[in-house]
Amino acid sequence: MTPLFLILIPLLSAFISFLLKENYSKIWSIFSSTATLGVVIMIIASQQVSAFDAAWMPSLGSRFTLKMDGMSKMLCLLTAISFPVVFTAIYKNNYKNSHLFFGLMLLTQAGLMGVFLAADCLLFYIFWELALIPVYFLCSIWGGEKRIAVTFKFFIYTFFGSLLMLIGILYLYKLSPDSSFSIESFYAIKLTRTQQIIGFWLFFIAFAIKMPIFPLHTWQPDAYEQAPTGVTMILSGVMVKMGVFAVVRWLIPIFPIAVKANSLFIVWISIVGMLYASIIAIKQDDAKRLIAYSSIGHIGLMCAAIFAGNSLGLNGVMIQMFNHGINVIGLWIVADAIEQQFGTRKLSELGGIAKVAPELTILFVVLAFANIALPLTNAFVGEFLMFNGLFQYNYGIAGIAGLSIILAAVYTLNMVQKVFYGDVVAKTVNGVETALNVRFILVVLVVMVIGFGVFPQPFIDLTSKLGF
Amino acid sequence: MNAIIISALCGVVMMFSSILLSSKLAIKNVAIMALVALIIANLAQIYGWYSVQVDTKNMLAFSSYGLFFNNIIFICTIFYFLLSGREIVNVGSDAAEYFALIFFVLCGVSILTCFNNLLMFFIGIEILSIPLYILTGSDKKNLKSNEAALKYFLMGSFSTGILLMGIALIYGSTGSFGLSASGIKSSVTGVYNVGILAPVGLVFLFISMAFKISAAPFHFWAPDVYDGAPSVFTSFMATIVKAAGLFAFIKLFSEKFEDLGPSFQLLLVVLIVCTLLVGNLTAVFQQSVKRMLAYSSIAQAGFMLFSLYSKNELAKEGVLLYTAAYSLATIGIFSILAKMKDYSFDGYNGLAKSNPILALTNTIFLLSLSGIPLTAGFFAKYFMLLSAIKAGCSLALVLFAVAFAAVSVYYYFRVIQAMYFKEGDANTVEPVPFSYNLGLLFLAGLIIVLGIFPTSLLNWYYF
Repeated sequence: MTPLFLILIPLLSAFISFLLKENYSKIWSIFSSTATLGVVIMIIASQQVSAFDAAWMPSLGSRFTLKMDGMSKMLCLLTAISFPVVFTAIYKNNYKNSHLFFGLMLLTQAGLMGVFLAADCLLFYIFWELALIPVYFLCSIWGGEKRIAVTFKFFIYTFFGSLLMLIGILYLYKLSPDSSFSIESFYAIKLTRTQQIIGFWLFFIAFAIKMPIFPLHTWQPDAYEQAPTGVTMILSGVMVKMGVFAVVRWLIPIFPIAVKANSLFIVWISIVGMLYASIIAIKQDDAKRLIAYSSIGHIGLMCAAIFAGNSLGLNGVMIQMFNHGINVIGLWIVADAIEQQFGTRKLSELGGIAKVAPELTILFVVLAFANIALPLTNAFVGEFLMFNGLFQYNYGIAGIAGLSIILAAVYTLNMVQKVFYGDVVAKTVNGVETALNVRFILVVLVVMVIGFGVFPQPFIDLTSKLGF
Repeated sequence: MNAIIISALCGVVMMFSSILLSSKLAIKNVAIMALVALIIANLAQIYGWYSVQVDTKNMLAFSSYGLFFNNIIFICTIFYFLLSGREIVNVGSDAAEYFALIFFVLCGVSILTCFNNLLMFFIGIEILSIPLYILTGSDKKNLKSNEAALKYFLMGSFSTGILLMGIALIYGSTGSFGLSASGIKSSVTGVYNVGILAPVGLVFLFISMAFKISAAPFHFWAPDVYDGAPSVFTSFMATIVKAAGLFAFIKLFSEKFEDLGPSFQLLLVVLIVCTLLVGNLTAVFQQSVKRMLAYSSIAQAGFMLFSLYSKNELAKEGVLLYTAAYSLATIGIFSILAKMKDYSFDGYNGLAKSNPILALTNTIFLLSLSGIPLTAGFFAKYFMLLSAIKAGCSLALVLFAVAFAAVSVYYYFRVIQAMYFKEGDANTVEPVPFSYNLGLLFLAGLIIVLGIFPTSLLNWYYF
């Protein structure tokens, strides 16, 4: 099985979906994304380095090269799991022109897979941009009230970042010994300290906007809030991992000196951003914004752990990238289910859902625990390793970062309490248990949360062999 | 030589066709056939099948690069005729004459791609410009069109005067119209001190060419002229004519006066910075799509000027790709614009619902202009940036250009937003025939193919 299928299947099925009737496209996209998942599992099960290479633009020094190491395997798995989960969860939602909606979602999947697989820098850049274009249309057509302006801000932000990265890529290409964009020759470039610093910032700003890292995060809460929830799940579950992934894959190996020189600064802004986002999350009344800020917090911790520069932290990031994706998608699904049923996502207008929908409540509470990273949930392993890595880097910083665990508990439990417990209020009094497909998919996610929490070893094995 | 002769002949044929043919449609078809003949004649010279030999005393020198550029221009014109032919014949009552004038412009383009002498250069520029003054004013009963034509003519002849003055000064200092006279090189690089005349002459040439391609701060005529002229001819001016002007500019200063010193580089950097700044920032504030396109064409010229800065092999290839990408996309956008009843951004509201194919292809053209990957526009920008970086251009200038590429997304995407995300009146667009849709889809497909395999164009050139 070549990794090419991971791009081709979603790409072709996207075009088929454009031609299908509205209702068939839902089933078709679930079918196609499940097929993609099957291919990923087969590749992982075969335990070989899987690669694809074809001539593309010889005179420019760029080839169509895809490679799968441990980290790409894991992120491809995350992408492949997320899409069927999301498609199932939003199966009953009504979207106007849903064949276009699902087609664009599949295009996004193709772009994301390309980003995680590309082993040629120009190819990587092209996929990086391509993943953004369908999302722009998805958010702008099907989003909330302020969708056009908010999505445009998101687009301009990330596009500007990407252009900086393009300059960085061209700058490196000029210095590369064999005039090639392949990842090997980029790793082999000998750069002076100044060149490293220049290149580092050109790349890092692009990645930092995508992750997003404080103070470049301002597009994110608005975009998450206004995007249709199905897209928000992909944005926060998978798309932000593009930034984290890119730092590990491209930034750290190419600019080791600059990474070391800037690490303290970046760890600090990550930690500050994390605490800042957590404190704002406590104050939020809108469930979607709350989850958005909580997501900024988690990503901040990942970024800090990467720049702590030890293998413990890095391993933690690897695992957490996957687990955060699973958990945050679960949270969004619950938020969407609540909004669909009760017509609001304001914490102050909800309450007592546990009495009308006990199963949903139980499932949500498990996901909430995972969001706080309690032991025996999947997030615990990753966060433990990341804090361990930070602790080795600097006691003080680890201590300050630790505050975020407390803050996460405060805002998450606050949400659980306000929405699910307490007395039934006017809006929730007629509530019923949520739809079967939503419960089913939440059960799947909860099983993964607990399963990977109790037995995380396969992931640690999968990602421990980094690099090509 | 083939292209020059045949294009002039085609112009004459078109003039007479108005006497012989009464139907506008027939005239359009004759023009398309004449253009095909022109392309074949040009290909014949490229591949050495047959070419007319005229001893020009080395005043013209044909290179495969220039001939290939002709090819791109002619192919863009074919698309222009096919998509906008109906509008061209409907501008006024003299359909055949518009085509004749367009062929004369193409004759000017063919001279500009092969001149080897300042006199030929001047003749080329004039043959290119004069038909345009007429085309701008071709909508005789429209006051705006008349105003635009007059403005264009006055400003254009003023800049021609400067051009001629520059040539005269260079002649005065070197005693020759040849381009490789050693006197010029040495005076500017400062090796021999032959006086102030030649450098001043060069600056005059520089200014008048900057005027012709509407680079800031010599751009003030462009928005009014583009806005006032009939939309079909704006499309022609903003794409084919502009690309040819830039080609001549680049040819004049990079091939011929190659060893210009650092002070010339500085002049060029100022021009690039101003052009990018003015073009992009003013485009942001436009309310009419037509005016926005006028300013954006200024901004795109700023990007193309990078090839003059870097003057390497990549820049040469980049010019070809940029011309193709930019001209094809802009021709498409203008041909759709000509179908709209309302040229403001709001006029595009809801186009995706009333005419999805128009909206889809327009989106692809706009994405290409903003330089999104998998469209030809991305690799056009890519070549420009890479050539500049390879030529040792300062990173600050490149970052500046890139920042304005991000700004350009703002105004291009406003059209996309209007088409897809805003509710609008379904009757904003004139009914279009099926063949027109097919042509647009083909053009969009071509842009995507060039975006995925940009080397295919270059392979054709090197073949």
